[in-house]
Amino acid sequence: MGMTLIRPLLFIGLACATTFTGVKVFQKKEGVRPEHDRKLAPDFSLKDATGKTVKLSDYRGKVVLLNFWATWCGPCKIEIPWFIEFQQQYKDRDFAVLGVSLDDDGWTSVKPYVEQKKINYRVMIGTEELSTLYGGVESLPTTFMIDRGGRIATMHEGLVSKGEYQTEIQDLLDGKALQNAGLAAGRLAFVRPE
Amino acid sequence: MLLAASLSFAQNNVLTVAPPDKVSAKAGTTVSAKLVAQLRPGYHCNSDKPSDEYLIPLKLSWTPAPLEVAEVVYPKPQMEKYSFSDKPLSVYTGDFDIVTKFKVPASAPPGPAVLTAKLRYQACTDRMCLPPKTVDVSLPITVVK
Repeated sequence: MGMTLIRPLLFIGLACATTFTGVKVFQKKEGVRPEHDRKLAPDFSLKDATGKTVKLSDYRGKVVLLNFWATWCGPCKIEIPWFIEFQQQYKDRDFAVLGVSLDDDGWTSVKPYVEQKKINYRVMIGTEELSTLYGGVESLPTTFMIDRGGRIATMHEGLVSKGEYQTEIQDLLDGKALQNAGLAAGRLAFVRPE
Repeated sequence: MLLAASLSFAQNNVLTVAPPDKVSAKAGTTVSAKLVAQLRPGYHCNSDKPSDEYLIPLKLSWTPAPLEVAEVVYPKPQMEKYSFSDKPLSVYTGDFDIVTKFKVPASAPPGPAVLTAKLRYQACTDRMCLPPKTVDVSLPITVVK
């Protein structure tokens, strides 16, 4: 096939991809994993600040942002106001934020912080077992986006932009992540010049 | 259930302490020992007097005996501004020295001994933090009369 045909085909392909997904095809998106690559998020059962039990499996059917953090972690504190906003913004759309603190002194440090910052999502004190279940959480913040099927769609170590979280939440709520992942896996055909 | 290995990389200690020189300690006097701490490039740790009450300070704790700790002298911190903080933070970066002044009791038994200490620190980069860690330190001494 000659070069004269390739350029229009490429253009059409890109245009279709961009319209279909709202995401540039060549934008490297390390975040969202293809559906077939997603592992089930390990279930856990922990108490929140009110003493009520939080089970991850109870959130099946919702998109969950699971954030590991600590009161001594500066970058974590940048993200927390965003999560408060997301919890409010998407509360009627099957979305929830869950915070897991890795503060050694537990509620002694965490409860005052939760109250002071008016954190509106459920916060629990993590355990070493839970950290291990999630691959050995060492760097904070570490945040997992869990899809409606209870599978890990993305994982971020360290501070990430608010926009990136927002895009992932929107994509997972709208089901677009599956489409993006499919395209990222290379469904588009590129014709080589002869 | 364990996740992929890519999630479980080991950070290890990003702060190390060079083996200190042996110290000769004359009974009934005072003696100083210097520890050289080395932080991995890209990381900072809170100073002994951090800027915020939530932050975990650097702390050197010696096991008592056979010498008495008179004073731990931390270096002057740097005030550094990071993107995640509204105000500059009191931190250490790179290599820095911590000096400990010891009193050598007159009754200290002569001969070799080892003083041990724990150096607790909490380190971050400009976008993520590691949990507090402790480095064990051994200081060989010889008490002389």
